[in-house]
Amino acid sequence: MQHSRDVRTAMAQIELDGINRIFRLGDSEVHALRDVSLRIEAGDYVSVMGPSGSGKSTLLNLLGLLDRPDGGNYHLEGRDVTTLSADEQAAVRSARIGFVFQSFHLVPRLTAAENIGLPLMLAGLAATERSARIAQALRAFGLEGRAHHRPEELSGGQRQRVAIARATIMRPAVLLADEPTGNLDRSTGHEVTALLEALNTAGTTLIVVTHDPAMGERAHRWLRMEDGAIAQDLRRHELPA
Amino acid sequence: MSPTDTLRFATRAATAYPLRTALMTLAMSIGVAAVVVLTALGDGARRYVVGEFAALGAQLLIVLPGRTETGGVNPGSFVTSTPRELTNADAAALLRLPLVQRVAPITVGNTEVAAAGRLREVMVVGTSTDFLELRGMRMAHGSFLPREDFERASALAVLGDAIRAELFGHEPAVGRMIRVGDTRLRVIGTLAPGGQGLGMTTDELVLVPVATAQAMFNTNGLFRILVETTRRDALPAAQRQLEELLRARRDGELDVTVITQDAVLGTFDRILGALTLGVAGIAAISLAVAGILVMNVMLVAVTQRTAEIGLLKALGASTASIRAAFLTEAALLSVAGALTGFALGHLGAWGVRLTWPMLPAWPPDWAVIAALGTALGTGIAFGVLPARRAAALDPVQALARR
Repeated sequence: MQHSRDVRTAMAQIELDGINRIFRLGDSEVHALRDVSLRIEAGDYVSVMGPSGSGKSTLLNLLGLLDRPDGGNYHLEGRDVTTLSADEQAAVRSARIGFVFQSFHLVPRLTAAENIGLPLMLAGLAATERSARIAQALRAFGLEGRAHHRPEELSGGQRQRVAIARATIMRPAVLLADEPTGNLDRSTGHEVTALLEALNTAGTTLIVVTHDPAMGERAHRWLRMEDGAIAQDLRRHELPA
Repeated sequence: MSPTDTLRFATRAATAYPLRTALMTLAMSIGVAAVVVLTALGDGARRYVVGEFAALGAQLLIVLPGRTETGGVNPGSFVTSTPRELTNADAAALLRLPLVQRVAPITVGNTEVAAAGRLREVMVVGTSTDFLELRGMRMAHGSFLPREDFERASALAVLGDAIRAELFGHEPAVGRMIRVGDTRLRVIGTLAPGGQGLGMTTDELVLVPVATAQAMFNTNGLFRILVETTRRDALPAAQRQLEELLRARRDGELDVTVITQDAVLGTFDRILGALTLGVAGIAAISLAVAGILVMNVMLVAVTQRTAEIGLLKALGASTASIRAAFLTEAALLSVAGALTGFALGHLGAWGVRLTWPMLPAWPPDWAVIAALGTALGTGIAFGVLPARRAAALDPVQALARR
């Protein structure tokens, strides 16, 4: 978490250059991203807002290496990741990127502890080391009493806490959150937001896609997308008031 | 993802849908059980028949009157159209051959037996003292037919157990007089019950000296002659000696047939072996069907768990890990089915043995190995396609599925 903040002076943690993404639906083409160029420094807190269909989710998927651009370059921590094979990208996702989804995406048959441990298991860590790190994560996210509960036995807030614990258990450099509070009530939403911001304070780059202006305004940097392009890019200290 | 983790993950996935897994296991196990039970039946029948023949003695040659041959028509065919009979003199001559140990001439006929005011229809076998050993029979009381010249028509009889019980009940039979046909005979012995051979029980027989039977049925011919050789490996040589001797005794024409036990045995063994194989093949079709079922179930599983697969990809799972997880799950279903079927099959074979104790219904090893192998093979082979489909899913689209 610490290392990327001090080293990269020449290159930002995330650099997008002229990214294009086009979806073909039958005969028609949808230009989901048009010539997007973007630099995000390590440890930044960025919110991506904009109307539905403006390309927010596509941008997030590209940043998370779940999707490939049709044109342009993506450098993550100085490495060109657009040309990597699917399995190499999976390895990068495993080590450097965490995802938090609106619908939590917990595996229903696995307990909270097992869900949190999934990335460790996929990375091939030994079981003993896994259990130590899972226990630590359960403590950190206030889930000690819920370790052996299945997702259906957890409240919405607890589910999202499990999801965030899972997203951060590999200590990723970048945390990507797609409407993380979209399925939560207001107070639980605040709780989850506070958790994410605490992770950001500890050094993780946080990129949040949201419809919720209240949440979006909390970020240090605001991106506003329209028609697949970045229409507005503001920093909090640049704001008038 | 380590192999242990893959196995555990797949096990959790399989047990998360108990009904699906149970039905799948059932389908696979029916296939395996069918192969095990049917081959046990087939092989049991084969062993039963082989055992029946072995009861006759492994060093046995059987001489039958007449000869079946394929060949062209020659003048001789018209002269000697009726084969000469086998006689007691032939049997006596065979006994003098060096490789021959025992000879039992046999004449068979149906007549009635009467004693103590009771009368019944009976099969009478005229034979000699060696018959007892040749057929591996045991005496209950008294003695068997005495060793004497084949031509001597002694008025003696040995009763099968059922005949003895019907004529004399609980009274002793040895020493009593009976009437067989028009001849009065003295009972000198009774056979132990349960003598078996070629589906014919000796319980229902009356055994008399061969000449007595020939007089009774007014014939000189023999039904056949049973010959036991000194050693098992002397069979081919003895068969040649027999044929030479009989040819010489019949003016150079061999109008008898000498068959060996082995030839008959080998034929039955082959026929029933092929039958077992055929039955196993039919049962194996159900295994292929079960394999397709595994594929179907796994394809449904991939569809059901699309979002989960997308998540695993987002969390950094490699395509190989996902493929391995789904393939392991398919393999687990097959293994569970195969093992359950193996147990069910053995249960079924045990039931068959219980129902028909004479049938040694044990599934042959090759069938068990083939059934388990086919079950695992088809399960895994048909698991490849769903596993590949899972691994090839696009993560963005997979995640969007609920």
